[in-house]
Amino acid sequence: MSVPHFPTSDTASARLVANRVLVTLLGAGLLAAWLLPFATMSPNRLASGQTVGLSEALSDWQVIALLALSAALAVAALRRPLPRELAHGVILLASLGLLLVTLYSLGDFAQRTLVEKSPSARVSQGSAFWVMVFCCALAAIDAFQRASSGWLLRLGYMLIAGGSVAMLFASGHFDDLSIMREYANIRDNFSDQFITHLVFVGSALGPALLIGVPLGLLAHRRVRLQGTLFSVLNFFQTIPSIALFALLVAPLSALGNAFPLLGEWGVKGIGAAPAIIALVMYALLPVVRNTYAGLKGVPPATVEAALGMGMTARQVLWRVEIPLALPVILSGLRIVTVQAIGLTVVAALIGAGGLGAFIFQGLGQYAIDLVLLGAIPTIVLAVIADFTLQMLVVLSKPAGTRR
Amino acid sequence: MNVGALSRPRSSRRALLISLSVLLIALVVGMEQLAPLFRALFPDQDPAMYERESFLNLTLAHLALVLVSSLVSVSVGVAAGLFVTRPAGREFEPLVSTLAAIGQTFPPAAVLAIVVPVAGFGFVPTLVALVLYGLLPVVQNTIAGLGTVPSQTLEAARGNGMSAWQILWRIELPLAMRVIIAGVRVSVIINIGTATIGSTVGAKTLGTPIIAGLVGNNLPYVVQGAVLVGLLAIVTDLAFERLEQRFSFGEGGNAE
Repeated sequence: MSVPHFPTSDTASARLVANRVLVTLLGAGLLAAWLLPFATMSPNRLASGQTVGLSEALSDWQVIALLALSAALAVAALRRPLPRELAHGVILLASLGLLLVTLYSLGDFAQRTLVEKSPSARVSQGSAFWVMVFCCALAAIDAFQRASSGWLLRLGYMLIAGGSVAMLFASGHFDDLSIMREYANIRDNFSDQFITHLVFVGSALGPALLIGVPLGLLAHRRVRLQGTLFSVLNFFQTIPSIALFALLVAPLSALGNAFPLLGEWGVKGIGAAPAIIALVMYALLPVVRNTYAGLKGVPPATVEAALGMGMTARQVLWRVEIPLALPVILSGLRIVTVQAIGLTVVAALIGAGGLGAFIFQGLGQYAIDLVLLGAIPTIVLAVIADFTLQMLVVLSKPAGTRR
Repeated sequence: MNVGALSRPRSSRRALLISLSVLLIALVVGMEQLAPLFRALFPDQDPAMYERESFLNLTLAHLALVLVSSLVSVSVGVAAGLFVTRPAGREFEPLVSTLAAIGQTFPPAAVLAIVVPVAGFGFVPTLVALVLYGLLPVVQNTIAGLGTVPSQTLEAARGNGMSAWQILWRIELPLAMRVIIAGVRVSVIINIGTATIGSTVGAKTLGTPIIAGLVGNNLPYVVQGAVLVGLLAIVTDLAFERLEQRFSFGEGGNAE
């Protein structure tokens, strides 16, 4: 993670520029802003539209703000006059500023344009918009790594950035954008499917932990079992998600038909039952593997000392081994959570619902906004889950070793 | 990654690989012969055998998609990994590593869906999504693999008068190869799965009968496609496991 200084060649540009990554990102962002469409306008929901460049889409003050912030970033990339630490601060603030101005400008453009257009007209984001947002995020990430900042600062920055974007959404600033109109059409259904998605992830994680952690313990205690256990679990992981979902459909529908009572409880070929079973099967390998690795990492001397102090085997497990293995077990939980969020998308194909339902529905109708309404929240959810669990992993480490 | 290889004797893994490969080939070529079995298992389904396309064609199309995308991912990914570990590109290393880590949290199905607005339906968006997604494990493992080469070894090579190119070709890449191949393995296995979902955006793959079966409520179609693609993934994984072992030094493939 920490790369404090970079051996750069002693050329003239190296003496002038301290942060070539930022220069590259800035160049890419500006090039995209200049060449690619910032937004597209179309007469209705499904028709393809005409493109609008950045200079047409933005008002004067927005252009000036973008240029000023880009100039600040350019100065921060230079070796002089800013000291390095200050430059990192400037990069973090300016990239957040750029992100917010870009977002605000898009919403503002949609509002201004649609006043005079027919109600079915739509304004959507163009490729330049995505590139600019992406470059801002990368510039901030890179600045954090250069500053080798602690987790508290990262968390604070994420909260501020996320909070300001959420406020822009909550204020209704984006309501005229095509994707938000699509959202308005399916608002109730969206929250239902969103909750379904979370429920699936949650109901896969519970059993996975309940089965996986004891299995990891077993693998740790009984060395002979390891090979077979890990081979079998690795098989599950290897089978493509849609195939595993699909293969569960047939036996479960047979089971549901054979025992009507089971069918009433929801055990049937399509829907939640095969989805959750498949998610648990996928989740087992990372949980078992990390539990095993975590326990293996506990120094034998520590266990011996605990036994020597007169702790029972049970006490050693709960008070010594599991607390020490916790960071590794939680890393496994992190992998599993992110994976389950992604796999639940596919579960929509077997009629289980979740955000994937919008993706596949949208693909069927060629309604891109609907596709994005499924895909973007899934990605955001996965990234947030990843970040949160990463924080938990840090917090679960003994105080002196956190970073 | 290959924890499964830990304690099983190698010969039994080889036997498993061979027998599953034979089974896969037999099913790909002769699935149509099993029609009576499917008719017996699913008496209510009228066409109990997917016949719109031969399974051989579907498998070949699936393999072509995975092969092309993996070739691109591996060449671009290894090149990127090499670039950020050389003095000229070292400054980009933290960003590229983070990008590869964050990118892998993106669900493959969501990546596939997001490519469609840009690239349209069919073979191309699936290919683009596979390449983008397949890149990440390759980049990550190339960086990690090159990072495991001990600095004393590099120092010794330099002291022997080897040029930067010679060190790369004769020392760094051979020593990092096992970890790089492990990355390719992850990338290819994910791509086999994502290519299956690619049939929802109009690519012809082994996912096509699965989707057709799910949409048309025809379980035999689903089973036929799923068994083939599941076997394909497992056989590929076992083959990569052997390839990895071939490139491991010292402990005979037991490095974890």
